[in-house]
Amino acid sequence: MGSVIERIKRGHFWTFHGGIHPPEQKFLTTDKPIRAVSIPEQLILPLQQHIGISADLQVNVGDKVLKGQALTKSTHPMAVPIHAPTSGTITAIKNAVIAHPSGLSELCLFITPDGEDRWRERKICTDLAKLTDNDLIDKISSAGISGMGGAGFPTQVKVSTHEKIKFLIINAAECEPYITADDLLIREHSPSILDGINILDSILSPEHILIGIEDNKPEAIKVLQQTTANNEKIQVCVLPTKYPTGGEKQLIQILTGQEVPAGVLPSSLGIVMQNIATCFAIADAVINDIPLIKRVVTVSGQALQKPQNVWSLLGTPVGYLLEQCGYPNKDKKHIIMGGPMMGYSLPTDQVPVVKTTNCILAPSEIEISSPYSTGTREVECIRCGQCSDVCPAQLLPQELQWSAKAKDHQQLNKLNLFDCIECGACAYVCPSQIPLVNYYRIAKSEIRQQTQLDIKAEHAKVRFEARKERLTRDKIAREEKQRAAAAARKARMNSGTTEAKSEMSAVAQALARVKAKKAQTKVQAPINQETPTANVAQKSQVAAAIARAKAKKLAAQQNIAVEKTILVDQNTDTSKPAVDKKAKIAAAVAKAKARKFADKAHVKNVNVDDKPIDDKVEQVSNTEKTLVDKKAKIAAAVAKAKARKLAEQQAKLAATPSNEITNEKPKSEST
Amino acid sequence: MTTLMAIIVLGSMALLFGAILGFASVKFHVEGDPLAEQVDALLPQTQCGQCGYPGCKPYAEAVANGEAINKCAPGGEDTIKKIADLMGVEPPPLDENHDTDNSPTVAFIIEEDCIGCTKCIQACPVDAILGTTKQMHTIIADECTGCDLCVEPCPVDCIVMIPIAKTPQNWQWDLNNIPVVQLD
Repeated sequence: MGSVIERIKRGHFWTFHGGIHPPEQKFLTTDKPIRAVSIPEQLILPLQQHIGISADLQVNVGDKVLKGQALTKSTHPMAVPIHAPTSGTITAIKNAVIAHPSGLSELCLFITPDGEDRWRERKICTDLAKLTDNDLIDKISSAGISGMGGAGFPTQVKVSTHEKIKFLIINAAECEPYITADDLLIREHSPSILDGINILDSILSPEHILIGIEDNKPEAIKVLQQTTANNEKIQVCVLPTKYPTGGEKQLIQILTGQEVPAGVLPSSLGIVMQNIATCFAIADAVINDIPLIKRVVTVSGQALQKPQNVWSLLGTPVGYLLEQCGYPNKDKKHIIMGGPMMGYSLPTDQVPVVKTTNCILAPSEIEISSPYSTGTREVECIRCGQCSDVCPAQLLPQELQWSAKAKDHQQLNKLNLFDCIECGACAYVCPSQIPLVNYYRIAKSEIRQQTQLDIKAEHAKVRFEARKERLTRDKIAREEKQRAAAAARKARMNSGTTEAKSEMSAVAQALARVKAKKAQTKVQAPINQETPTANVAQKSQVAAAIARAKAKKLAAQQNIAVEKTILVDQNTDTSKPAVDKKAKIAAAVAKAKARKFADKAHVKNVNVDDKPIDDKVEQVSNTEKTLVDKKAKIAAAVAKAKARKLAEQQAKLAATPSNEITNEKPKSEST
Repeated sequence: MTTLMAIIVLGSMALLFGAILGFASVKFHVEGDPLAEQVDALLPQTQCGQCGYPGCKPYAEAVANGEAINKCAPGGEDTIKKIADLMGVEPPPLDENHDTDNSPTVAFIIEEDCIGCTKCIQACPVDAILGTTKQMHTIIADECTGCDLCVEPCPVDCIVMIPIAKTPQNWQWDLNNIPVVQLD
């Protein structure tokens, strides 16, 4: 362990496998300070802006909110609250397109700023030493801080680890091309960042604090070295520029030589990593009581006239930022959220900036051509193996690609697909221009979906089995009960008293009746069991039609005398298909009539002066209406069931030869 | 004499091995039909009965006994392919009696219309419906398999099948299907 620090002090680092050197393109924005942009006309805040679950909404449409006021709240550790970026009114809470590659909508809060930018009450903390670790973690959690490097893992979960921490690593590598947000933040706000690092130091009490930064940011390195000069614990580690040095596992490997095993959190190795922008947010939250409501965003790309880093309020539409940076009005826009390697194209420029947005790219057509305008130029894999040379996770990209195309999930798991960090190095070097990462993303989501389905299927199976077991148990219990009752009865009857004798004869009669009935229903029983067959479906349609007709009549009973039901019954005896159609039409008409009649009845009941139904009347009659409605519905259902039974009986009677019935009747009478 | 010896020796050996085999078959007896179990594991467990069997397990057993493997409508092509792989046969197309659309759905009770007859509760194969006599019923969406067995018995037609909405959580990457919205 001592040797790790020795090595670092001597400037010797480990290295990770592969990696690439894409053109950096950082010159577009490095030489300009961070610009504060004005408040846009509307802010769109997605309820969920991080990995985990969204918190519960605390505000309603029309509410006035103050700057920094919490809009959602939850006690769940994976839920991170969001705050109002400025004072204003909540104008809508509805689904809107969010910053996600799918271009799907999720619940968002729409705030119209009032321009006053009024703060809620703030408690500025002057003495950090007074706060306990729990106070600090509470402050971080209520400020809604999640990792600002890209993944957006809730920060309070990371800092409330119980492991003994050896290394706190501050990630300032910023290895992706174009992005300079962290670089500029370090140059302009290094004292605050140092405060943030000190807060993390007091919570986690690590043995060493390492700041990893790539050597392509000389000014930021100088500033960091100056601010941390009198802190022995902090080491600024200047690393050679290579993509993806900023990946969590890669940076850990470079600095400590340790590889994080698959499926293991770095904290179990005694390592916690935080992004440098997160440190700034922590300092702001703890000291100045400013929740996470703004962040530095690199707005870059050669399509822009004034590419620059900006302080953007969360919820600012991307289009507004681009406009501020001189985006020409073009017909076809190609906007990328995130860097060129790991970002995704946006479906609309109304997507808001969220906690994880570090870069918005508006490249010219020559720089990065839009996938929509050119289409794919993918050709067959030539098995050159360059992809596996550059893979930082030491996977076999071409093997993965074949398995992904073949949807061989088992093989993909065997090849450790889920260790892929989707850095895009393989796709970058591929001479066949295969969008390898996209294939992995598709395969990953398919596997995840399949796992979900498997879990659901297993769950359903368990419930189905449990239900079957319950039913058989109930059945056995019922039979047992019946048997016991029968035995008791028999014992009583055989006791020989006069009472028992009279009972016996009554039972004998009842038995005779039951037998007679059984003989009749025996023939019907199979029908009840196999309702899904086509034959019965037709019959049940007729039955349903009759039921509906009956229902209509029942409803009409409220006013008119009952009409003869025989008419309908007679209809069933005539030729079937014709009746079917007729009955259906009759039923539909009846249904409509019944409904109309019911509606009229309520209006008449409540509203005597024959006015058309206005809102008020509707409100008054509402309770009564639902009551009557329900009654009518129940009546209809009962009628339907009755009619169905009747129809089945009739159908059966018609189908079975009549002599069978006549044969059985005298039999039952004789017994 | 030698012939007799040979008969005795071979006969006793045969008896010995027979006894060992008999013992082994009792000792290492396999409960149930392993093939049916494997088929059952591939079925989607909606318990919908569209195959004509009362549940997924009975159908799995029937498949193990030679029933056609293309009768699972909710499973669709994927399930047929998997069963075909397992059985070592060519995957046949889905039975033409079934809908080819097997997009996942979930049942929903229009609660104002429910009269509390409990008919759907009796029909639900996975006990996903909550309610009692003359009380409004509701469906536990997470437990519902979308089998639509509850739709038919409802006397007031208050149960509808709703397709499951796509959210960023269950969304799947699809290169051909990324919505291309023309920016204004």
